[in-house]
Amino acid sequence: MRKPAFRLQAAELLEMHRRMVRIRRFEEKLADLFKRGRLPGFVHLYIGEEAIAVGICSALRPDDRITSTHRGHGHLIAKGADLGRMMAELLGRADGYCRGKGGSMHIVDFSLGIIGTNGIVGGGIPIGAGAAFGDQQLGRDNVTVTFFGDGAANQGVFFEAMNLAAIWRLPLVFACENNQYTEWTPTTRLTAGRIADRSGPFGIPGVQVDGNDVLAVREAADQAVARARSGEGPSLIECVTYRWHGHNEGEEAFSGEYRPREEQEHWRSLDPIPRFAEHLVARGYCARDELDQLDAEETDRARRALEFAERSPFPDPSEALSDVFASSSSVGRKDA
Amino acid sequence: MAERTQFFVRAMAEGLAAAMREDPTVVVLGEDVERSIVGGTRGLVEEFGPGRIRNTPISEATFVGACIGAAAVGLRPVVDLMVGSFFYVAMDQVANQAAKLRYMSGGQIELPIVYFTMSGPSGGSAAQHSESPHPMLMNVAGLKVVMPSTPHDAKGLMLAAVRDPNPVIYFHDAVLSAVKGPVPDDAYAVPIGKADTKRAGNDVTVVAVGALVHKALAVAESLAAEGISVEVIDPRTLVPLDKDTILASVERTGRLVVCDNARLTCGVASEVVAMVAESGFQGLRAAPQRVAWENVPVPFSPPLEESALVSEDQICRAVKTTLQTAATGA
Repeated sequence: MRKPAFRLQAAELLEMHRRMVRIRRFEEKLADLFKRGRLPGFVHLYIGEEAIAVGICSALRPDDRITSTHRGHGHLIAKGADLGRMMAELLGRADGYCRGKGGSMHIVDFSLGIIGTNGIVGGGIPIGAGAAFGDQQLGRDNVTVTFFGDGAANQGVFFEAMNLAAIWRLPLVFACENNQYTEWTPTTRLTAGRIADRSGPFGIPGVQVDGNDVLAVREAADQAVARARSGEGPSLIECVTYRWHGHNEGEEAFSGEYRPREEQEHWRSLDPIPRFAEHLVARGYCARDELDQLDAEETDRARRALEFAERSPFPDPSEALSDVFASSSSVGRKDA
Repeated sequence: MAERTQFFVRAMAEGLAAAMREDPTVVVLGEDVERSIVGGTRGLVEEFGPGRIRNTPISEATFVGACIGAAAVGLRPVVDLMVGSFFYVAMDQVANQAAKLRYMSGGQIELPIVYFTMSGPSGGSAAQHSESPHPMLMNVAGLKVVMPSTPHDAKGLMLAAVRDPNPVIYFHDAVLSAVKGPVPDDAYAVPIGKADTKRAGNDVTVVAVGALVHKALAVAESLAAEGISVEVIDPRTLVPLDKDTILASVERTGRLVVCDNARLTCGVASEVVAMVAESGFQGLRAAPQRVAWENVPVPFSPPLEESALVSEDQICRAVKTTLQTAATGA
């Protein structure tokens, strides 16, 4: 575990651990629901990558912004989303964040600074750049983090947005989660060079960090966020990690075996959650049984989220026709 | 209200300036918006400065998408895309993001964004600079689409578009740029979703958009000499379409011609004719006629271009066809 160049209080470290466990238990619940055919549509799970969402979002203020991806549940939870409303959305229920209109890939909560999740790879990058531009233009000091994967690092908008962010010195952090597979193909076969090196020509600092080490991610995020907030401009962080599950749940029906078993076992041995737990116990931040207690609480939280979701009704079918346009008489702007 | 004669494209800039004066969160982005090759933003940088009139890199997808994030945090961005076909470069951000974010979020957010562009043929601009992408954008859901035909409406619809809490696509037909007409001095909005009857008549309803409004008016004038009374309706807004005005007119005239400055397939002509066939069939006394481009990319050479696009003669023939169709049971 990397020794952080900063001092975090025990309470904050424990909260970071809690958020990682919360993501893990929530995602496990979804994997189970999917297997039993109880989830409409399909889901992309974040298991194994929890240290990135938590390392980065813990460096943000509540009023900072993120844009997320198709594999976005972890980002939402790390940014403070309510599991019950998330689960209700995933089940297409009326109490979901989007009242059933979004589903897994489109959960947002503008009041938490979650200004977009995305079913299009790389689609959130320009939107994140725009949020950063908007805050800058309005004289605020909010920072935006745009999360994207290794696959999105080959989309044109990534390079376009780095250019725009550089010339306008936008308060933006490009957070690349390199989980090493672009859908079902090893990213090294599709991607030239290191992603972290791609920002250099734009004059944007780029670093590669161990995405399974929450403190390493946090340290890089602290630097990038401080730089953005002080008006110095954008940064790129490439977090190297590994997704334990498939590109999407249920892929085994068509994908075949495309990842070596030894590779999967190796990365499971680098599980970010026990790694951080060891660190917390070894450094005396908490006792083992406190972590067990925390885990039990988060397991229960995921269970209660499902209960909440299942109690929620499906939306009235007529609601399919609402929310296309805001009426000009609607009450005030909902500024995030 | 005092008014002057003004160029169409200058009227657009006047509407934009009025919007920027009344709301400091309005910003303009686009390629060369400071200098403004087409003219819709010319002169604005002198009044509002380069902080609000922002030249962007040639990165359509990114600056079109950036407006979504900017709107989500409190700006009212206006984008000059310059040429209609440049929408295709930014199509993910337009169709997947801007149009859908409010809906997908269950109505959590308002996204007041204007994307305006010149569109349609300007004469010898060839296939990639002559597009009219309004038909496909009408089909996206979540985008309002406006297309004024006069300087008066150009100014008023620009102000209305900026004030609207939704993404609005604003098309200005290229050949109208230098058309002149009366424009009031004051800031005024032309309501989105309201058609305008540009000429009243009793025998045939001609619905025309953009530059074709002027061709339809010329045809109406020439047919008046033959004793044929043509009503010309300019929808001005394509989404949401003012169906009532069109249906009321067709109910009176019993005859319909729809002219679109775009390809025939799935365009305004097809949509309006289908809408009237469904909702106004009882009033029809003749088969409705569509007048639109051939289903080809716009060719370069002037005679080729002319043959692919809509002529006054075609509109005239379509009107006469509706008058010659035998009335069935009427």
